[in-house]
Amino acid sequence: MSTSPSSRGIGDRLQHWLPRLVLSPSFVLVLFFVYGFILWTTWISFSNSGMLPDYTWAGTRQWSRLWSSWTWGIALHNIWVFGLLYIVICTVLGLLLAILLDQRIRAEGTLRTIYLYPMALSFIVTGTAWQWFLNPGLGLERTMHSLGWESFSFNWLIDAKMAIYTVVIAAVWQATGFIMAMFLAGLRGIDGEMIKAAQIDGAPTWKIYGRIIIPQLRPVFLSAIVVLAHLAIKSFDLIVAMTGGGPGNATAVPATFMYSYAFSRNEMGIAAASAVFMLAVIAALIIPYLYSELREPRS
Amino acid sequence: MSAGSTVARRNPFGRALLYAVLLAFAVLYLMPLYVMLVTSFKPLEEIHQGNMLALPETWTFAPWREAWGSACIGLECSGVHGYFFNSIKIVVPAVLISGLLGAFNGYVLTKWRFRGHKIVFGLILFSCFIPFQIILLPMARVLGILHIANSTTGLVLVHVVYGIGFTTLFFRNFYESFPDELVRAAKLDGAGFFTIFFRILLPASIPIIVVTIIWQFTNVWNDFLFGVSFTSGDSAPITVALNNLVNSSTGVKAYNVNMAAAMVAAVPTLIVYILAGKYFLRGLMSGSVKG
Repeated sequence: MSTSPSSRGIGDRLQHWLPRLVLSPSFVLVLFFVYGFILWTTWISFSNSGMLPDYTWAGTRQWSRLWSSWTWGIALHNIWVFGLLYIVICTVLGLLLAILLDQRIRAEGTLRTIYLYPMALSFIVTGTAWQWFLNPGLGLERTMHSLGWESFSFNWLIDAKMAIYTVVIAAVWQATGFIMAMFLAGLRGIDGEMIKAAQIDGAPTWKIYGRIIIPQLRPVFLSAIVVLAHLAIKSFDLIVAMTGGGPGNATAVPATFMYSYAFSRNEMGIAAASAVFMLAVIAALIIPYLYSELREPRS
Repeated sequence: MSAGSTVARRNPFGRALLYAVLLAFAVLYLMPLYVMLVTSFKPLEEIHQGNMLALPETWTFAPWREAWGSACIGLECSGVHGYFFNSIKIVVPAVLISGLLGAFNGYVLTKWRFRGHKIVFGLILFSCFIPFQIILLPMARVLGILHIANSTTGLVLVHVVYGIGFTTLFFRNFYESFPDELVRAAKLDGAGFFTIFFRILLPASIPIIVVTIIWQFTNVWNDFLFGVSFTSGDSAPITVALNNLVNSSTGVKAYNVNMAAAMVAAVPTLIVYILAGKYFLRGLMSGSVKG
């Protein structure tokens, strides 16, 4: 006897739909809380919303208010300075540490752990630590004085021109280990044949790195830069903990700008416009990257 | 394989220099943690007098006791312990739920593919990269409508939603390399969707489960933006409490108490990192390099 076509149909149909059914809660959550919210925020950025949401269309009013805002100009300038230094220093230092660690070092595991641990800490914790470390009067400055270097002075944290660089120092400290780990993984994945051939030919080490190894790390450079740019644009916690955006507005960045306009200045429209701008910058960076990563056949 | 095998081997001076540079960096990386620790054991007078690198002349646990049980955060003077437990109440369910969803998603997206599976994955993956500023305003509104604003439950929802991207990515990459033949053979034997998952894939998934738990645990524990945006008062997580403690402008700054509180906030993720650092490293790399 064979099973009746109708009952087999139900079972099959269930098997057919079950996977999609299991995936659907996540998909619905993401559609609503990510893409729905993106549209929602975009709508707010074109509305009259101030302290209270007001969904009447206001055209580009909030956008022109954003772009004429003096603080927003500072925030953009700061993220540009911060982002560029952060990406370049982390990449160079991360690559350097990875190459040094790749020389058959005895305590490699321990050193790797030491370089990477800041990544496990919250930005609020590390911001607190660095704020103390660089505290003018008590921290580094005081320590140098008590070690006999009386004329040493370091007050970047309260110097409007220099404060953003203290954030760069802390941020680099936090992320270099991670970038090092990425490069180390890249180095370990390189095919040894060409290197051996070059070594037999008597090529000096720096030449082997410059001509053979580093060019092969291109995909890692790309990933590292994307990850760092993304972290830089999102940077918020570290700045809040270290400088609170100050002195004055000296270390304001788009993320702190958005937060203060949304939650303390009650200017939802401007806050939304700044958030949309941040998303647009990240999307311009991430979408081509994701597209190329997903398109290529996996090896 | 790398050029490392022969570099500077022949040259003892180069070798010594190499170790010296690596050690110098190690000292640099450990310095802030060391300063935090010694400061947290010093009486305040010693901090004002001396050098921050010196070990305490008189060791005291008082700053730790105060940070944990009696430091003032806002108007409340009961230390950070309540906020510490808030963070635990948020982390545990958020990690478990987002991990479970990610495991199922990864399973479906690799072993039960359907038309458009790449687009679905791409849409989920992109959610890892959005700047969260874009969702703050609507989320505050939705949490209000759901009556879970200003609660740890609300933060659990937020962390689950924005954790799905990473957990799905991890499990999807892991199951991608899991042999399809095993799944196909089980299907031919009549095993169903859940049987295959629980009997065949899940037992082989321990490494990626560990990676996902570590990743999600550190991300959720370290979150500040969601905590500060969606909670206030005594429902806040530890990161928010720490920031309020440190940046409150009233009174004399008790640096030793601040550093002890920072250590309290840091200890859970440090322990996880030290115990499972190897997995952590592997997880970070599979999450970012492989895409």
